[in-house]
Formats: sequence, structure tokens, C-alpha cells
Amino acid sequence: MKMTIADVEQVARLARLELTAEDKELFAGQMDAILGYVEKLKELNTDGIVPTSHAVPMENAFRADVVRPSIGLEKALANAPEKTGTFFVVPKVIE
Amino acid sequence: MNIFDMTIHELHGALKGKQLSSLEATTALLKRIESVEPQIGSFITVTAEQALAAARSADQRIARGEGTTLTGIPLALKDIFLTEGVRTTCGSRILSNFIPPYSAASWEKLRDQGAVLLGKLNQDEFAMGSSNESSAYGITRNPWDTSRIPGGSSGGSAAAVAAGQAIATLGTDTGGSIRQPASHCGCVGLKPTYGRVSRYGVIAYASSLDQVGPLTRDVADCALMLEAVAGYDPKDSTSVDTPVPDYSAALAGGVKGLRIGLPKEYFIDGLDPDVQKAMTAAIDTFRRLGAEFVDISLPHTDYAVATYYLIATAEASSNLARYDGVRFGHRAQADNLLDMYTKSRSEGFGTEVKRRIMLGTYALSSGYYDAYYVKAQKVRTLIMNDFISAFTGVDVMLTPVAPTPAFKIGEKINDPLQMYLSDIFTIPVNLAGTCAMSLPAGFSAEGLPIGLQLIGKPFGEETILRAGYAFEQATEWHTRKATL
Repeated sequence: MKMTIADVEQVARLARLELTAEDKELFAGQMDAILGYVEKLKELNTDGIVPTSHAVPMENAFRADVVRPSIGLEKALANAPEKTGTFFVVPKVIE
Repeated sequence: MNIFDMTIHELHGALKGKQLSSLEATTALLKRIESVEPQIGSFITVTAEQALAAARSADQRIARGEGTTLTGIPLALKDIFLTEGVRTTCGSRILSNFIPPYSAASWEKLRDQGAVLLGKLNQDEFAMGSSNESSAYGITRNPWDTSRIPGGSSGGSAAAVAAGQAIATLGTDTGGSIRQPASHCGCVGLKPTYGRVSRYGVIAYASSLDQVGPLTRDVADCALMLEAVAGYDPKDSTSVDTPVPDYSAALAGGVKGLRIGLPKEYFIDGLDPDVQKAMTAAIDTFRRLGAEFVDISLPHTDYAVATYYLIATAEASSNLARYDGVRFGHRAQADNLLDMYTKSRSEGFGTEVKRRIMLGTYALSSGYYDAYYVKAQKVRTLIMNDFISAFTGVDVMLTPVAPTPAFKIGEKINDPLQMYLSDIFTIPVNLAGTCAMSLPAGFSAEGLPIGLQLIGKPFGEETILRAGYAFEQATEWHTRKATL
């Protein structure tokens, strides 16, 4: 497998990242090396092995359906880069 | 003895016996921070005024006879723990202006006991790194040799303990981020079993692996800190509802008859000779104390780093999707929403974080999901099974923490794969979800600390603490101090 600049650009688009020409070059080479290294997992036969997503066997963790206090609007908006009234402001989405 | 070099149990005794006040201790620590910080760089934020206020109120509490073990003890936190009203950056530019509206559950437990917060500690950006070189707030230097890295990602947490800048600290460990820096800085660091400590209010890196744990000056302190933060939290759906043992009471049992496994995959040819020597000496010490050694095998060890760097990066790419400039953190100016997301993220994240988001996005992308992500999760099952089957014959395992002592600043920064491979002995424990502790076990010819790793069964923290305590009582490595 060879990571091309176009591949890197496609992944960056998916990840909502904008990379400099330098970084694209750098990442193509480094991702190639790292993905080349992880190829070793293919040596293992994993037919019939159940994937592990979580180390501790656990059922769904439910809590009682009870209304409890939350942090409130003022605190929730305190770090907003831009806000108005009780809203976060973002650039216009629909023209 | 210098106040700033005391352990929790020593300082607690002095506070209780009125030989010292928390205000005196906190003042001594703040002075020490001021004097050595230019050499070390452990802190991102020092909260001096709040610390002095907290110390005064701790002294009143002690005077009323209401003090507990941690009342008035000056501590510091990795900057990954949310602290209400105190800036929390996670080592990233993207959170350079973030003031959390609430606190991490683990910090709340310490604060409720009256612990004093000295400040927020430097770390690799979003806990991604093994050297503390990926912080947006400058590097941290190893107190034993300032031309070397302290380890990472809880590098500030380890360096602060070693340099006399905090009595104890909290860190997080996703692939070795407590144990490896503890080993490199000559302190004790414990990664508890997955689910043992609440992660509520801890900034997420790789959610199926992240765990909170203490870094301390000795094993007794480690037990005290673990007992303070452990326990079920309904606000963390992955925390496990199992009783918290009295870890301090478990220390004294000794290791007579304890069966210690030596996994042959961890004692490889490439091991640094000084590390090898320290392990051999440690084995002799344990044997002299009455422990029995058993040769064991964890056959899939060689696949752990590859497995980790697929699972951790996949989870990171998902967790870090929230940094979009909308609700908090850095926002770039842009005309449309998509550009705002992309520019905010690209300006806010550093290179290592971008690299891991890229790898994780790739591993989760259509066409590669099964070949990379699901494959890694299946190999994770094999690695877990290795531990389950090896633990049928032994009580704990003994291994090195890192293949070499602390490396030079800049040595691995341009070769991410080599950097990733430095975590080869710590990563499998996170994948298996079990607990492990790093403790001082010797020094290299150059005078650099070498750590020993004791791996326990899931929720077997008592056993590794007991074994670690017995080792510590029989050796003097933990009493040595870095000269600064």
C-alpha cells in the first residue's frame, strides 16, 4: 500500500482538517510507515474471534429516570466563542 | 528534611501533630515551584492564590479536628482534569481559553477532603505522546537529567513529584501515560483497572482505554491516593460498582508464597542492559522475600502496539470531533460553517494530534473499517485472553516498564513509529483493561531512574500494592532525590 497525497487529502477532508503542503508530504510518509507496521496483524488468524470494544464485561448502564439539576444556561454558554441570548452563534448555514 | 520532599503520610503526620501548617507546606511548595520551574516546565498553570486560600481553610479544618488524610496536602493535576473556574488546556492550543464549568469527579473527591490544588500540569497534547514534547505549552524536562524527556503523556505529573513541586499528582494512562513517566522520573505510578476510578470530567482520548491514577513518592502514598479517588460514579457509565478496599491496610501482608509470573516476551534481547540488570536484581529481592517465580508467556505481546495504534487513534478521531469551534475552545474566523470547523481544528491542534486523528479517521473509513478497526478489536480479544490464561497460574506479573531509561529530548520526535514502540511493555495492560504499577527499581550507569512494573489481575490493586510495598521496604531506590 502506498499513501498518496490525494489519499491524505481525502482523509483530511473526512477529519475536517486542512493540512499544509508540508504536512501532507510528512503524513503520507509517516502514515505509510505506521500502516505498514500494523499490517503485521494480518499474520494472525482471527476467524471466529469476537471483537472486544470494552475491557470489562458490562451490560447497559442505566440510571433512574429522575430529573436532576444540570449546569444551566449561563455556565453552558460561558465558553461560547460567540453567543446571543440563549444561543451559540455560528456562520449562516442556509442561504 | 525539605517540606517539599515529604510524602503524603509524613506531611499528614506533621499537620496532625501541629509541627507544620498546610499554609507553611503550601508556601514551601509554591516557592519550590518558582525556583525549579524554569529548569523543569512541569506546570501549565500555577494557582498560587487559590492554593493559599485552600491551605488556610484546611488549617481551620484540622484545628477543628475534622481533618482527613489528604486535608491540607498540596497536590497538582494533569491539565486533562476539568477544574471549575481554573483554565484547563489538555496541553492544546484549541483549549487555550477554556474555563471548565464543572470539575472532574476524581478532583472533587480530593478537594472534598481538603486537598490543596497547586496547579495544572504539563502533558502531551490530548495525552497523545510518550515524551511531553507534543504540548502546546512547551516541553517538560526530566529532573534527573534536564537534557532528557520525563516521559509522557503525564510527564508533568511525574516530573513535579520528582522535582519537589507537588507532594503527589494525578495523571491518566491510556497506553502507559502514568507508568512510563513514573519510571523515567523515579516515582511510583499506578494505572488502576478500567472502571475503578471515575473518568467524569476527564478529557477523553481513547475511551475504551483511558484510566485515572496517582503518581506519588512511595507505595504507601499511592494506596492513599487510590483509596481517595476510586469508586463507582453514576456519572461515568463505564465505572464499575464494586467496593473500594482499604488499600493502605493491604500493604503489610508481605510476598511470602506470592506467585510472580515473568512473561518471556518482555525480557527480549533488545532490552537495555541497565534495565535488564535492574530486573534481575528485583527478581532476586522478591525471591529473598519469599516470592516464587513462574515463567509464563503472553504470546500476542508483539501485536499490542499495532492493535493499540488502531484502536486508540480510531477512538481519538471520534472523541476529538467535538472540537469544532462552536461551543467552546478556539474558533477561527470563516464565512461558512464547514470552513469554520476546518480552520478552527487546523489552527488549534498540533502535529501529533492531527497525525492520530488522520490515522484513526483512515482506520474507521469506509472500505478499511473491517481490515483495520475490527481486526484490531479481534486481536485485542487475543491479547486479553493471554492475560486471563496466564493469570490462572500466577498472582502478579513482573516486567520492565520501558525498554530503556529516559531518552534525549528530540531523539524520537521525527519518528512517530519509534516513539510509539517505546510503550511496548505498558500498552498490553490497557488493552487487557487490568491494573499495573510502576515503582523505582534502580538506576542506569548514567544515573537515570529505572522502573519495575507489577501487573495485577482485574481489580487486583491490593496485590500489586502489597508486592510493591514489600519491595520498597527492602530497597532504597525510592528514597533517592534528583538534585536540582
